Amino acid sequence: MNLRKRKTSALNQAIFREQREIRKERLLASPALIIGAVGFLIILLLAVFVPLLNPTDPNAMEVANRLQPPSGKYLLGTDEFGRDLFVRVMYGARVSLWVGGCVAVFSCILGTIVGVYASYFKVLDQILMRICDGLIAIPGILLAIALIAALGTSSWNVILALTIVYTPSVARTVRASAMVIREQAYVEAAKVQGFGNLRILWRMILPGVISPLTVQASFIFAQAIISEASLSFLGAGIPAPAASWGNMLEASKLVFSKAPWTMICPGAAVILCVMSLNLLGDGLRDFLDPRVKGGQKK
Amino acid sequence: MSHLIEINGLKKTFPVYGKTGKIFSQKEYMCAVDNLSFYIEEGETYGLVGESGCGKSTTGRAIVGLTKADGGSILYKGKDLCKLNDKQFRPLRKEIQMVFQNALSALNPRRRIGDILGEILEIHGMKDADERREQVIETLKKVGLSEEHYFRFPHELSGGQVQRLGIASALIIGPRLIVCDEPVSALDVSIQAQILNMLIELQKELRISMLFISHDIGVIRFISDRIGVMYLGTLTEEASTETLFANPLHPYTKMLFDAVPDPYITNREFHALTGEQPVRTQAFQGCAFYNRCPYASDRCKIETPEFKEVESGHKVACHMVS
Repeated sequence: MNLRKRKTSALNQAIFREQREIRKERLLASPALIIGAVGFLIILLLAVFVPLLNPTDPNAMEVANRLQPPSGKYLLGTDEFGRDLFVRVMYGARVSLWVGGCVAVFSCILGTIVGVYASYFKVLDQILMRICDGLIAIPGILLAIALIAALGTSSWNVILALTIVYTPSVARTVRASAMVIREQAYVEAAKVQGFGNLRILWRMILPGVISPLTVQASFIFAQAIISEASLSFLGAGIPAPAASWGNMLEASKLVFSKAPWTMICPGAAVILCVMSLNLLGDGLRDFLDPRVKGGQKK
Repeated sequence: MSHLIEINGLKKTFPVYGKTGKIFSQKEYMCAVDNLSFYIEEGETYGLVGESGCGKSTTGRAIVGLTKADGGSILYKGKDLCKLNDKQFRPLRKEIQMVFQNALSALNPRRRIGDILGEILEIHGMKDADERREQVIETLKKVGLSEEHYFRFPHELSGGQVQRLGIASALIIGPRLIVCDEPVSALDVSIQAQILNMLIELQKELRISMLFISHDIGVIRFISDRIGVMYLGTLTEEASTETLFANPLHPYTKMLFDAVPDPYITNREFHALTGEQPVRTQAFQGCAFYNRCPYASDRCKIETPEFKEVESGHKVACHMVS
């Protein structure tokens, strides 16, 4: 890398430009990636900046203004305690993105460590993979509820529970791709050239695992948001009165016939967020797979 | 001239399973390579020729340490490579290199060519980045590539260029022996000729020994000093290139030569090989070529022919030749 900076002749720059062009073309060829990324970015920015710029307390009740329909004053209306729904949806987005993001990051780190080690050591593989099988066998949401029942409700416990739920699937993905890469001719060639095991593990196998991992991460992010909403809906997630999409939906189920916006707004937020993450994941998968050119499999 | 590498009674078996699968059927072994012996002199090209599945590649892989041999020895400068573990083998990596058949898949697709070649130098102790860069560019030029390929990715090159790169990655640390496993069989004929000429030139210049594995008799004839004809895991005949082509003795060798299309002679006698190679089990006895040989007698079925020298440097394993 440092070589590139120091000695960049006109020819080399032309080569880099050409390689950048190809990458740009491939990026533009997958609209899913761009739509997903933009959608997610908008949600992220709203979640960060709306609570910062808007001083309204999401938990402030104005009983006089309960169940107001969307209007100029209340962008998305109010709920049964007269709380501003727009502000609450934005605070809910913070919770959902925080939980989803943490789960995605933690389960990917843990899953990569487990997966890479499992792919490399045969005995460890058997032990780790049987544990993963056991965890996968239990329905995720049930396992999460059981864990939270044991640990108590708080956002950290939700993160912990969902991380335990999603780590096995990451570990399996990583293990599978690591094993494929291990059999590649260039890993064999590296052995002949005298590369050590650790170097092969870190410099060849890990970079190869990163692309399926990022795809997996974006899907887990989306799934974790749904799981967190489900848990909150069931009362096992983020404890009220803190705003989260799940417990807003839960609260709306008594009043939604009179005030449908109380259900539609958090519901739409979940759908939009999950959809943009899934599009992002799909787009990333196509973009990172070198066999897909111009958005189509050759 | 001294023997750089000497292979004695090399044996490699692979487990085979019956139709009932891995768990329920009895484990049996087939010998990919059995009792194989030959040597390569310094600066010499030894060609190993034979049909698919005769164990040529397994032999090559055993020499570079990619497969562990089950028996016999590979003596390199007095050290038995079969007895070394990974760590003890590592210093010798510098001296024994391999060129792969599919060069593109043998190159890390995520890294630039300069980085790939530079890293090989780095792990063998060249710490200075500028020095590495010089050496990489010098090697690229040696194999007919240029500085402009330094920042390219392997998949941006053409087939012939990639194979040149494969040779560059084997040559860069200055090996004494290169195992070339079908290095040109994936290329078209004009590129094959270029690559072979380049290999011959480089070999003369750098005085490297080469084990050249191929199923293509024309290619083998062109590049080799001595040739070993392999069948079913053993050598059936070995001689210098001129001797072998002037006077092939083993029926298999003759048939192999007959199978080469000849554009000039149209009405020559043609003995086509019939049948397939059998599976060589551990209890295999007799001549390997028994079931396909037109001259086979009862003796060939029972008694394994000795691989003996019939004239200076010309060895044959056949009861009919004496």
